Amino acid sequence: MQFSLLILGSPYSSQSVGTAHRFAEATLESGHSLYRIFFYHDGVYCGNQLSCPPQDEPNIPAQWSALAAQHDIDLVVCIASALKRGVIDSDEAERYEQSAANLAANFSISGLGQLIDANIHSDRVITFGP
Amino acid sequence: MTLHIVNKSPDQTQCLKDCLRVFRPGDGLLLIEDAVYGALVNSPYAALLQNRPLVYALIADIEARGLSAMDTGSIKRINDKQFVDLTVQHSPVQSWY
Repeated sequence: MQFSLLILGSPYSSQSVGTAHRFAEATLESGHSLYRIFFYHDGVYCGNQLSCPPQDEPNIPAQWSALAAQHDIDLVVCIASALKRGVIDSDEAERYEQSAANLAANFSISGLGQLIDANIHSDRVITFGP
Repeated sequence: MTLHIVNKSPDQTQCLKDCLRVFRPGDGLLLIEDAVYGALVNSPYAALLQNRPLVYALIADIEARGLSAMDTGSIKRINDKQFVDLTVQHSPVQSWY
């Protein structure tokens, strides 16, 4: 079965992200596939490459990047949620004349259309609330 | 039938009560994160959740809160893979938060 996940919670504040990560691993271990993970609201902080957690805490953006690379999963941060929170890729940095970009590897910035598309192309979309 | 996923303690929000208001026979209810506090038989909400079919609580969240030895009565404890299985068995899957 094909799954997509919608993540609304903030990493390091809400348990949402940790629950979603365990669920993602369990779907793959059960032989299912993940089509897309859509990060919305404070969930977009998962795409911040500049997160520098202490060594004994998980690097959440790096965990998602690695999972996506290993299993070819589309990681999308909502553009409206991301830009106002300072999560920005190089194209948007140029557009808004910012001096730097910080979107983590294997993430892309896109719109809510990608969430609709995930609903169309997945058997299940599971929401992880804040 | 619907799988309802609740992630807040019933002492914290109205999520659980809102969910049960639209709950139909055959629906499943999974308690995750702080909602697992509602699974305890000595919870004030036990009457709403005990001796009802298809009510589950996530083991990882019970353990993370030091509740493993507590009585959860008729509520079935499930692991992450069983969580995935529940989402396969039910459609739609509705999260309450």
